Amino acid sequence: MVLDSGDTAFILICTALVMLMTPGVGLFYGGLVRRKNFISMLALAFIAFSVVTLQWVTFGYSLAFGPDIAGLIGGLDYVGLAGVGMDGEGIPDLLFMVFQLVFAGLTLAILTSGVAERIKLSAFIVFGLLWTTLVYDPLAHWAWGGGWAASLGALDFAGGTVVHISSGFGALALALVIGKRAGFGQYSMEAHNIPMTLLGGALLWFGWFGFNAGSALAADGLAANAFVVTNIAAATGALAWLAAAWIKGTPASIGMISGAIAGLVAITPAAGFVGPMAAIAIGAVAGILCYGALLFRTNRGLDESLDAWAIHGVGGFWGALATGIFAAAAIGGVDGLIYGNVNQFLIQALDAFVAMGYAFGMTYLLAKAVDKTIGLRVSEEEEYVGLDLALHGESATT
Amino acid sequence: MKMIIAYIRPERFDRVKEALVEKGFFALSVTEIRGRGAQKGITLRGGKVSIDLLPKLKLEIGVEDTFAESVVHIIREAAWTGKVGDGRIFVLPVDFSVRVRDEHITTT
Repeated sequence: MVLDSGDTAFILICTALVMLMTPGVGLFYGGLVRRKNFISMLALAFIAFSVVTLQWVTFGYSLAFGPDIAGLIGGLDYVGLAGVGMDGEGIPDLLFMVFQLVFAGLTLAILTSGVAERIKLSAFIVFGLLWTTLVYDPLAHWAWGGGWAASLGALDFAGGTVVHISSGFGALALALVIGKRAGFGQYSMEAHNIPMTLLGGALLWFGWFGFNAGSALAADGLAANAFVVTNIAAATGALAWLAAAWIKGTPASIGMISGAIAGLVAITPAAGFVGPMAAIAIGAVAGILCYGALLFRTNRGLDESLDAWAIHGVGGFWGALATGIFAAAAIGGVDGLIYGNVNQFLIQALDAFVAMGYAFGMTYLLAKAVDKTIGLRVSEEEEYVGLDLALHGESATT
Repeated sequence: MKMIIAYIRPERFDRVKEALVEKGFFALSVTEIRGRGAQKGITLRGGKVSIDLLPKLKLEIGVEDTFAESVVHIIREAAWTGKVGDGRIFVLPVDFSVRVRDEHITTT
């Protein structure tokens, strides 16, 4: 039990970087909605982070990282952070706990995509608490807390399954339960502040270095590899989406930044297992695939409003598979499909399918339960006026 | 000439614009504003929250006298929902207008 000061310093900084991604999501989404719901989107991100913070330190961390019970969930040994102290292996246990906390907070913030401009504040708090407890915590345990996915050998370096498949498919389920925004498909609901979305995207890209490099849990070569492939996938994703949109019509900046996020999502599970050239392939496919998913979503008239499903869900799914395709033993100790390890690819596919099914199904049930009891959605008048004024008594229009 | 000033629901703008284009009226200016009518805005949650200024769009369209009535009719039809807050249309007399590019003057 020896602390490494370099590792500790690095993970402290990475934790702060990842924290900034949550308001980053708020700004990204806030710019995409109509101005009357701008404050609401930002507030939801902060509220998600705050709710998860309290949930995590009281019992969430224990459910995810407590002693394994049947491969499904962690035991209650760490409730109230009992036994989680300033000592640890390499880094303090407390630091590992808070590094995991910022991931959990971010994940709930991504979900707000599916209910943007129409969720009741009280319902979001109740739902958020249930969701992070019954969806995020088990998934985190399966992948990182010694659960069945970890035992099986499924690879998820920084949370492609835990963070992105869960929030992306969760957002889709939420959107189906809460229903479309009033007027969706009848008149345009254009992004009201694109520079704000680009700023949010910039904070996400920046914070993602902490997210992926920090997941090495040490200031070492693996962290450097994760850092480099993360940047490559983001850049490739941005250009790939931009190019695809350009061929179809307009190279819009929203598409470019969405492509960067898609690339970041897809490299997340792979960052500690693949090399730089694989990152180009992963980012390029992510940009084009997620753009296709977005077109599919809009053509089907689905109001998963801000495309967490297309970007995080589909991108996360691709990332899980890509990890099984491109993993190289020289980097993370495991070979993938291109080095002849078919088994790893099949494990990745199984893990992604189970996570997708569980996240979608459980989110759907929880959303239904909250909807039937306290109601998920604001009144028609509140939605019309906008959540900023109706719920927060504030306005972003000066 | 007449200046038509219409206060409408923002979400009806697409319909209003399309309806105008369909009948050959292309020129218009749009401003995002906040305002209220005789009902003083909206009251929510049983009177606990009252919002007295709501976002609206203000359209300004200058037309020759003979077209004023049909433009008003087009806007009203496309902006109508039947609920409080559909807006209001004003028609003002205009002495004349001058096109900046070539000083073309319109009076009637």
